[in-house]
Amino acid sequence: MTRARKPAAGALATPPCTSRPADAKPFPLTQPPPKRARKAGRAPGAAEPAERPLELRLLADMLRIRRMEEKCAELYGAGKIRGFLHLYIGEEACATGAMHALAAGDNVVATYREHGHALLRGVAMDAIMAEMFGKAAGCSRGRGGSMHLFDVSRRFYGGNAIVGGGLPLAVGLALADRLQGVCRVTACVFGEGAMAEGAFHESINLAALWQLPVLFCCENNLYAMGTALARSESQTDLCAKAASYRVASFRADGMDVRAVFDTVSRAAQQVREGGGPAFVELQTYRFRAHSMFDPDLYRDKAEIEQWKQRGPIHSFSAQLKAEGSLTEELFLALDAEAEAEVAAAIAFAEQAPWEPVADLLKDVHTPAAADERGAR
Amino acid sequence: MRISYREAMRQALREALANDARVFLMGEDVGRYGGSYAVSKGLLEEFGPERIRDTPLSELGFVGAGVGAALGGMRPIVEVMTVNFSLLALDQVVNSASLLRHMSGGQCSVPMVLRMATGAGRQLAAQHSHSLENWYAHIPGIRVLAPATVADARGMLAPALADPDPVVIFEHAQLYNLEDDLLDDWRCDIARAAVRRPGTRASVFAYGGCLPKALQAAEELAASGIDVEVVDLRVLRPLDIDTIAESVRRTHRAVVVDEGWRSGSLAAEVIARIAETCFYDLDAPPARVCSEEVPIPYAKHLEDAALPQPAKIVAAVKELLNV
Repeated sequence: MTRARKPAAGALATPPCTSRPADAKPFPLTQPPPKRARKAGRAPGAAEPAERPLELRLLADMLRIRRMEEKCAELYGAGKIRGFLHLYIGEEACATGAMHALAAGDNVVATYREHGHALLRGVAMDAIMAEMFGKAAGCSRGRGGSMHLFDVSRRFYGGNAIVGGGLPLAVGLALADRLQGVCRVTACVFGEGAMAEGAFHESINLAALWQLPVLFCCENNLYAMGTALARSESQTDLCAKAASYRVASFRADGMDVRAVFDTVSRAAQQVREGGGPAFVELQTYRFRAHSMFDPDLYRDKAEIEQWKQRGPIHSFSAQLKAEGSLTEELFLALDAEAEAEVAAAIAFAEQAPWEPVADLLKDVHTPAAADERGAR
Repeated sequence: MRISYREAMRQALREALANDARVFLMGEDVGRYGGSYAVSKGLLEEFGPERIRDTPLSELGFVGAGVGAALGGMRPIVEVMTVNFSLLALDQVVNSASLLRHMSGGQCSVPMVLRMATGAGRQLAAQHSHSLENWYAHIPGIRVLAPATVADARGMLAPALADPDPVVIFEHAQLYNLEDDLLDDWRCDIARAAVRRPGTRASVFAYGGCLPKALQAAEELAASGIDVEVVDLRVLRPLDIDTIAESVRRTHRAVVVDEGWRSGSLAAEVIARIAETCFYDLDAPPARVCSEEVPIPYAKHLEDAALPQPAKIVAAVKELLNV
């Protein structure tokens, strides 16, 4: 679904991008897994991950997220991962399709259910796993944990665990790009629960008013923790809410990785061409509880089972097999590759050292402050 | 040259905007209206609507956008009309600006300056008159400043913008019309408190809108032969405990003046630091002059009664000295 939008009168339009940003290299759609992992799992004669056709990369990345998170659940049970752990199992098509639809130089701001987004933006699985273990080799030096994965070098501005908290940041990142004449999309991922927050309404209004290049990407998994959409929103048509701000709105089946990729690609293209912000609703479902503390009492087991029938990995691999572009042998090889990458990441996290307690207060302030703040 | 606090602040903004293309000002009515306290009057014409950016009434949204713009390489100055309204944006200060650096393992800085008016005294009643500087001074990761003189209004912005971490500047609304000679040396060290009046019998610590009241009290005390030192805290986080303790070691008595409410106040923090640092230098228990624990009322006589006043400061000093 697409709704047309006219810029507000007097709005300052973002100039369309005629060229890609300076740092936009061809996107290495996935980080090649560590060598040992690739050797362990690769089917004889299979292509390097980055050289595979898009379909296989999408499938492989969904498998990487799934296998990583299944192990996370086990490691949580074993006490290796603590705190809140929010699994994305069932929703992999959303991150996979959406992250593949972005350029390498784009910004991403995500939520606390962001393991998959971080991984597909190129944060090494080793660093993600080490972060969940609380180790100094983690992508946030063990300061953030599962909910706060960061890699600013890849323009991944975090796991934000305040619902809606990342949306104003995305508007600001896009504003900074506009003021500096940089052509870049800032994608902001959030759940449908965030659309009840004032932060959503303030942010989308600002982005539309100022015609900023923000891609609002709503992963609608139907439950804000335990509260069903219809119990939290007077208007359950999320695209209608976004469209009321005169923002182009798109909807896609979030269980279908191709549909997500195509829809987010179109929306991102429109944003990149100076069309102002866009909104995408990805209709999806999480198969697991909200977090490891959630007894999942608010949903029918039958409903969960029904959604599982549409699981994004098996439905996409069945499609590919029917089209003749995937064999069972290749599927197993991709799966083994993912498993090997996860095993290597766990081994890395296990052996990684703890940060010394003496460093507790490090990074509260930027060190240069001491030099710059003086009399001037 | 004699200028107002408002004009000093405007000069500082103009200089920052002229010197650094990354600097822009954003907030409610900062542009066409000229600033709700007229601080940014004329800047829209000079720097244009991209850099003097009027926002909708979306404190959470535009303060958060300031954080994002800082992450994205800009040096935003975000103006919030009053500290009471800043509560709508507190989430982005506490849950983003102040902690992004630490939570990300040191990967990013948030070089944002957040300015807001604070304080009572103009019969604006309970939703426009509070002093919540201590709420901000509680938060690790940010610096909190309270310019109380024309020189500091002129001098604090540049080092605040040079700080790679978030800086909150509280401008007491009663000070905007304050006039003084702006001397050549208005540059400010935003790590240090400032002794505004040397003295011997007691140290009076104050900040923001209470500084003129403390100085007036010192004048009155001097007239009755009591010579007190007045220290402008001016950096509310991190507190400059060295300057505070040095003063206490000279005078052996401390009165802390704070427009915030007494319970959990900044004054409480200053006294705790004095007790920890130089307890045995004290000749009397430290005293506080704070706002009464009541929402600031509208009626003038009640508002006056709720706030620290020179007479209350004089009385507190005399009680410490047993005179």
